[in-house]
Amino acid sequence: MILKSFMELEEASVKYQQKLDLQEIKVLVCGGTGCVSSGSIEIYERLVELVKDKGLLTDVKLEEEKNGIGVKKSGCHGFCEMGPLVRIEPFNYLYIGVKLEDCEEIVEETLINKRPITRLMYKETSILNEIEEIKSRIGKSIKNAGEKIYETQESIPFYKKQTRLVLEHCGSIDAEAIEEYIAKGGYKALSKVLAEMTPEEICNSIIDSNLRGRGGGGYPAGRKWAQVLAQKSEIKYVVCNGDEGDPGAFMDRSLMEGDPHRVIEGMIIAGYATGSCEGYIYVRAEYPLAVERLKIAIEQARSFGILGKNILGSGFDFDIHINQGAGAFVCGEGSALTASIEGERGMPRVKPPRTVEAGLWGKPTVLNNVETFANVPIIILNGSSWYKSIGPEKSPGTKAFAITGNVNNTGLIEVPMGTTLREVIFDIGGGIKNGKKFKAVQIGGPSGGCLVEEHLDMPLDFDSLKKVGAMIGSGGLVVMDEDTCMVEVARFFMNFTQNESCGKCVPCREGTKRMLEIMERIVSGKGTMEDLDLLEELADTVSSAALCGLGKTAAGPVISTLKYFRDEYIEHVVNKRCPTKTCKGLTSFVIDGKLCKGCSKCQKVCPAGAIQGKIKETFRIIGDRCIKCGACISACPFKAIKEV
Amino acid sequence: MTVKIEDIIDRYNGKKSSLIMVLQDIQREYRYLSEEALMLVAKRMKIAPSKVFSVATFYENFSLEPKGKYVIKICDGTACHVKKSIPILNALRTELDLSEEKKTTDDLLFTVETVSCLGACGLAPVITINDKVYPKMTPELVLELLDSIRKEEEK
Repeated sequence: MILKSFMELEEASVKYQQKLDLQEIKVLVCGGTGCVSSGSIEIYERLVELVKDKGLLTDVKLEEEKNGIGVKKSGCHGFCEMGPLVRIEPFNYLYIGVKLEDCEEIVEETLINKRPITRLMYKETSILNEIEEIKSRIGKSIKNAGEKIYETQESIPFYKKQTRLVLEHCGSIDAEAIEEYIAKGGYKALSKVLAEMTPEEICNSIIDSNLRGRGGGGYPAGRKWAQVLAQKSEIKYVVCNGDEGDPGAFMDRSLMEGDPHRVIEGMIIAGYATGSCEGYIYVRAEYPLAVERLKIAIEQARSFGILGKNILGSGFDFDIHINQGAGAFVCGEGSALTASIEGERGMPRVKPPRTVEAGLWGKPTVLNNVETFANVPIIILNGSSWYKSIGPEKSPGTKAFAITGNVNNTGLIEVPMGTTLREVIFDIGGGIKNGKKFKAVQIGGPSGGCLVEEHLDMPLDFDSLKKVGAMIGSGGLVVMDEDTCMVEVARFFMNFTQNESCGKCVPCREGTKRMLEIMERIVSGKGTMEDLDLLEELADTVSSAALCGLGKTAAGPVISTLKYFRDEYIEHVVNKRCPTKTCKGLTSFVIDGKLCKGCSKCQKVCPAGAIQGKIKETFRIIGDRCIKCGACISACPFKAIKEV
Repeated sequence: MTVKIEDIIDRYNGKKSSLIMVLQDIQREYRYLSEEALMLVAKRMKIAPSKVFSVATFYENFSLEPKGKYVIKICDGTACHVKKSIPILNALRTELDLSEEKKTTDDLLFTVETVSCLGACGLAPVITINDKVYPKMTPELVLELLDSIRKEEEK
């Protein structure tokens, strides 16, 4: 059905909304990568089958008007830790850890009898864990320990503190149905700009909103658009960067999977605002589901007359292609990304000229991140002053974060910019797993840095983070507990960037290699204090002389861990000890048979029971039991125990 | 092979900029890029062989050596790494007699490699076997998976 005018879009929206209203109950099975991998598609299919058998299934796409139950595959609900997730509206029940066997009960109890199944609801596990711990400590059972059950999704602490603007549809509409997106007011922003606004007005309104690029750098999106608009060129391009390569980040993936039309709408608006007729979405190869959903969405948009020639009868043409990456992190960098779309090796080039002047195929190009584009429709519809009212003035709006690592509630969240790290990790994330102590959080992936205890009350926004040497990056937050070795973490990131260095410029290619060698030396116990100075010197050179963003920020994790965890480095270098016992390669302990008198003092102090032997004979250390704590060394009166 | 590869190139109307997509499709079909295939692409798309090889060797996803029927990718992104993905990798390598250098078993049944991030961090540590994601893995679970694949293969 081609929508030929703005009026027809309006009518379609009303019609689909009415059809959605006919669904007295909506069952939203999470169809994000996380839940799919735990079997949500099978659950979806089973529910469809069961509801169909009852003759109650209905769908917005059906021509006939029929009351009933809608069962749909939605985008990511965010609470990945608890998947597979099933949300049931209008009761807003959130069922967690749903299994195939639960489907019949869900249909009978909740869909037919409209009763909740408490067994499948979220319970406060952190409290339960604490109770367990107390129980084991006092060795008694506690009566009436009880548990708190959260009936509705909105009451769960994980969701309570969130503000879901960009992710509003993720988990509440069918990700594969343009009809549902239109019913929820989708493409209204597009029709508004085409009908009422000039390209200049759109650029100004985005500038005015202070929308900053969500891919990491935080460059004002509107200014970028205005610069492309000002270029005199027949051909211009809009490119969407979906090459979310930061390990620990999956916001863009969830958006592309859960609300692909929103990204498409943002891109078309950018096209109109800058005088471009062609767009590309570059998606990394590791996201096959995102590619599939985008393909479906693009096809649907074309068949509705929202992509292609003469969009909504406005005379404006725009179409979108999908390009899949092939596993190169550096392609997240603008000029490398455009090179990769052109079928070349994805290597960054020297700037200027900037992408806005000479980007894809040498033409002026708007290059924004997925989340940035997804912000555009709400700004157009609600106005820039509304947008600026959310979060701090200089970094307004919300930010999606992927919160992972040693935290109780891992998943996808969205909070207003300026929310503190404490709120994110402790209120939403539910604190550190297994009651451990918080140590650090890595923000911004391999380009970012770590934040520690003292930063917990700092607002999360572009400028505050920059001040402390970290960056928001694309929004990955990896939480680390007291058992994490920060030196090993830094080595891990160095290994990552070294692997991903494209090899074009010397500082990055050679610098990261040498830095990695030093890091490897340190974690294997062969580092020296001079190595730390050398690391800092190299970090400085790589940061200032590398060609692109990847190289310039490659040293970030090393610099920030050296700053906040220098003691830990020194412990590795001077005392040849890894305080968290992570770096197993550090040293092994042996007892010198010539010096050992068989006094058994070492055996008595060994907390791991790793020392065996008979009195007055040579004792020995069992390598794989030894935790390298060093207690035996200080206990031995004959200096018979050595590290080798 | 020639016909199939020509088919793939024709899908993209032989456009030079579609080189990466052509290589992806060929790899999907044959599980790797043989020298023969790359030469054919160069000739057919009128791109210098050096350029085709330079692109094929740049991207991590392309393999110039045959891969196993089951490609097991262990995610070693930050989240998986801090949740102990390396013991899983080591368990697989030991079991299959593989190493950092030797990634594919001699019978061409398994390939074991690491990947920087699969974006399923909420379920860390994860692995994929031929693109199917397996969440919250442990060394024990992964060996069970391996067993079930082997049993399936014997049938």
